[in-house]
Amino acid sequence: MRDLCVAYGRRGGGVWRALSGVSLGVDAGEILAVLGESGSGKSTLAAALLRLLPANGRITGGEILLEGADVVRMDAVGLRRVRGSGVSIVFQEPSLALHPTIRVGEQIGEVLRAHGMRSKRERGERVREILAKVFTGDVERIFSSYPHELSGGQQQRVLIAQAIACEPALVVADEPTASLDSTTQREILALFRSLRDALGIAFIFITHNPALLAGFADRVLVLYAGKVAEVGPTREVLFSPRHPYTQALLKCVPQVEYASAGRRKLPLPVVAGAPPSLAVLSQGCVFEPRCEERMEMCPAREPAAAMVGADHEVSCLKFSA
Amino acid sequence: MEPVIRVENLVKRYASRELGRRAAAFTAVDSVSFSILPGSTLALVGESGSGKSSVALCLACLEPVTSGQIWFDGRDVAALSERESRAVRPKLQIVFQDPATSLNPRWTVGEIVAEPLLVKGRVANRERRERAAQGLERVGLGAEYLERRPAELSGGQRQRVAIARALILEPKLLILDEVLSALDCSIQGQIANLLVELQRALGLAYLFITHDLRMAAHLADEIAVMSRGKIVEQGAVETILRGARCAETQNLLGASLVDRETEAVRER
Repeated sequence: MRDLCVAYGRRGGGVWRALSGVSLGVDAGEILAVLGESGSGKSTLAAALLRLLPANGRITGGEILLEGADVVRMDAVGLRRVRGSGVSIVFQEPSLALHPTIRVGEQIGEVLRAHGMRSKRERGERVREILAKVFTGDVERIFSSYPHELSGGQQQRVLIAQAIACEPALVVADEPTASLDSTTQREILALFRSLRDALGIAFIFITHNPALLAGFADRVLVLYAGKVAEVGPTREVLFSPRHPYTQALLKCVPQVEYASAGRRKLPLPVVAGAPPSLAVLSQGCVFEPRCEERMEMCPAREPAAAMVGADHEVSCLKFSA
Repeated sequence: MEPVIRVENLVKRYASRELGRRAAAFTAVDSVSFSILPGSTLALVGESGSGKSSVALCLACLEPVTSGQIWFDGRDVAALSERESRAVRPKLQIVFQDPATSLNPRWTVGEIVAEPLLVKGRVANRERRERAAQGLERVGLGAEYLERRPAELSGGQRQRVAIARALILEPKLLILDEVLSALDCSIQGQIANLLVELQRALGLAYLFITHDLRMAAHLADEIAVMSRGKIVEQGAVETILRGARCAETQNLLGASLVDRETEAVRER
């Protein structure tokens, strides 16, 4: 993805710049986590990758190269081919993403049918194979279940099965664990890793929760107000963040140790203020109004990405000036 | 000190609605007992389906109790009729998880916050407005928010409005059902700080319901861990964190272990 810009038309005129010049790359078999708060553009990024933006959303610049083909300029026929078999998506709320009155096995089979597998028997066999990859145990029971008969975690596994049915190179997962409890969350993360190891699928994992990422993602990209704040190896970004926003964000998460250290009920560090309006084009750094380390030039100059370590880039004038 | 609320052997069964079969009851809450002191917080922690929200609904008089007692304000709330419970409810308020669905989108913030006053009885328009403005002030929103509607607010601001509405009748106990879960990390901290501040200023007792053991450890004085309708472990925060005995607690703690690693590296 190179210099991707996405804007939404607003009622009453004007545009909302959801993404401004986002570049990222994902290698085969890599897990890239996109960390961002609401309004940072992370779901727009997922939708743009599959050209699934709502009617008022438009890609206004940049390119998305998927195994060499530019998704931005693809026609409807090309898109149909690439969705599912090149790149696929797992949505946040599994109970909404599944059809309530069609058996799970058939819903997964639909993906195969859309990609040209005509024989019902062949589909049935293939679906069972896929289910065996994401479930341990009673595949037959899952195959003939309706979504409401499954737990949230099981429903999410079904969505993952749909996503990998045609063996895509890349799966985008938009907050796939947000509605699950912590045990199930960890099981789903383990499943993503095992699929990556077994099938070589690359994942873009979109989340607002930094606590999930240690030991899971290979790299982390931090998104703020539609721009990349920081990107680098997971260990570096989480344990020695360089961008003031990443630092502030990670400090917000209360630690279990706080309680034992007598810091219980003391004020938690917060990022003061609120994210900027994306309707106004900013001249300088988008984080500047909330930044505690702002410098004189920050409101006037937009920071370019600067290397601060091997494969670790930060968009902050502290480093690029 | 006399506890604000004392729950004894609370049981909540839901009749299951399966066609053609005799209804088998599902026990969501199974002999749960606890009490909360004024100005203190009990965190009820558990995974989804553990029964913690059912406890909240029973305490808020929103679901009839199957058996057991809920002692509040010198009365057993569980035994009160609908009419009688109206006298108790103002002192015992609930805030829900998702402010996007718990606030009426067509009403202004002022109307939302002042509605409990209308329900309670005759309060003049002007006074309602004034008290709504004061209520908003208390949660860090100015009077300029009175005329706004929920859609114009951010998630954190909406949750502040929901808290202001819960506080306007000056309750003794707030039931906070996953009030931080739908918010972003940076906003969670702001609301958590607000809750601590309000507790100090108003001497409120909180029942803080969550699946996030880290937040529970930060905000609570005592933690009760629920699993399959029962409280499996209960004690002071420090004790629970030091020696989590039950598999459920360890599981919940497990989610925070990665952070322990984070902290260790950060301090190095």
